[in-house]
Amino acid sequence: MTESPAPLWEVFIRPRNGLAHRHVGSLHAHDAKMALLSARDIYTRRGETLSIWVVPSSAIVASDPSEKEMMFEPTGSKIYRHPTFYEVPDEVGHM
Amino acid sequence: MAAHLSDPRAAWLMRLGDATLVLGHRLTGWLSRAPTLEEDIALANLSLDLIGQARAFYTRACELEGGTRDETDLACRRAEPDYRNPLLVEQPNGNFADTMARHLIFSAYAHPLYEKLSHSNDAETGGIATRSAREMAYHLRHAGEWMVRLGDGTRLSHEKTQAALDDLWPYVPELFEADELDREASASGFGVDPPTLRAEFDAAVNEVILRATLTRPAESFGQRGGKSGRHSEWLGHMVAQMQFLQRAYPDARW
Repeated sequence: MTESPAPLWEVFIRPRNGLAHRHVGSLHAHDAKMALLSARDIYTRRGETLSIWVVPSSAIVASDPSEKEMMFEPTGSKIYRHPTFYEVPDEVGHM
Repeated sequence: MAAHLSDPRAAWLMRLGDATLVLGHRLTGWLSRAPTLEEDIALANLSLDLIGQARAFYTRACELEGGTRDETDLACRRAEPDYRNPLLVEQPNGNFADTMARHLIFSAYAHPLYEKLSHSNDAETGGIATRSAREMAYHLRHAGEWMVRLGDGTRLSHEKTQAALDDLWPYVPELFEADELDREASASGFGVDPPTLRAEFDAAVNEVILRATLTRPAESFGQRGGKSGRHSEWLGHMVAQMQFLQRAYPDARW
């Protein structure tokens, strides 16, 4: 019997009600339950956690960095997509 | 020493402080040496929980005995026989399975203990116990899940985990034996009578042992003495190391 390296998991934490889960880092664990326990031990030490998600890193489908020109650069020149051409009435206050 | 122990509540709480301090200190022996980085951090958390509990128990004990000593006096300025922890917690870390088996046994004992102690007639003690019970529920989960994976892992991990359980089981009976101090502390509504914790301990441990495909060791007469200050060969070495700084540089500060 040989030891297999533990797979990698991505950890997402929701700090408070009303906020989305946010990616905080990754860890190695042999299964989902241990990944959850390790995530608790590593990423929630200073409090402010309501929920943890762990996701196998292999389940994440990522964009290809070499395609970033095709994927992301065209949006850089389309300033009309930013909501900066509206005048916000004073009564609305801070947005 | 006898004058210090006039309030049985203080003496009883000090034993809890000793048990948690000794186990907490034992776990620090893993720091930088754990099997994985993740577990290194986890063991540090468990250790800090226990040392935090020890501080709380010691501090309340000092208040109850009249405020002549503080937590540092209890942790760092007593001799080995003054420690009244059960023998289980002073046993060496051994391999990772030994440490997890020791932790399973302790947390399966301490979790129901703290839950019952949360109803203490001393509100301060009850509060400490309530907070500590939540921590201990996690310790039980952590140790239990590791025991399942080690026991139901490879043939080698199974053998080592079964050996760990077999080696440590003789220290189980002491946890659940009541002496005069236990009876005095529980009769007044302050403390908890150890024999009342046995059923919950058995249920928690049996569930883990079953899932881990391990065999529950036969229960022998067992080893005892720590609760009355008669320790195994291990505690003296640990105490010497733990107290070194305080002895060499009294009242040293950061």
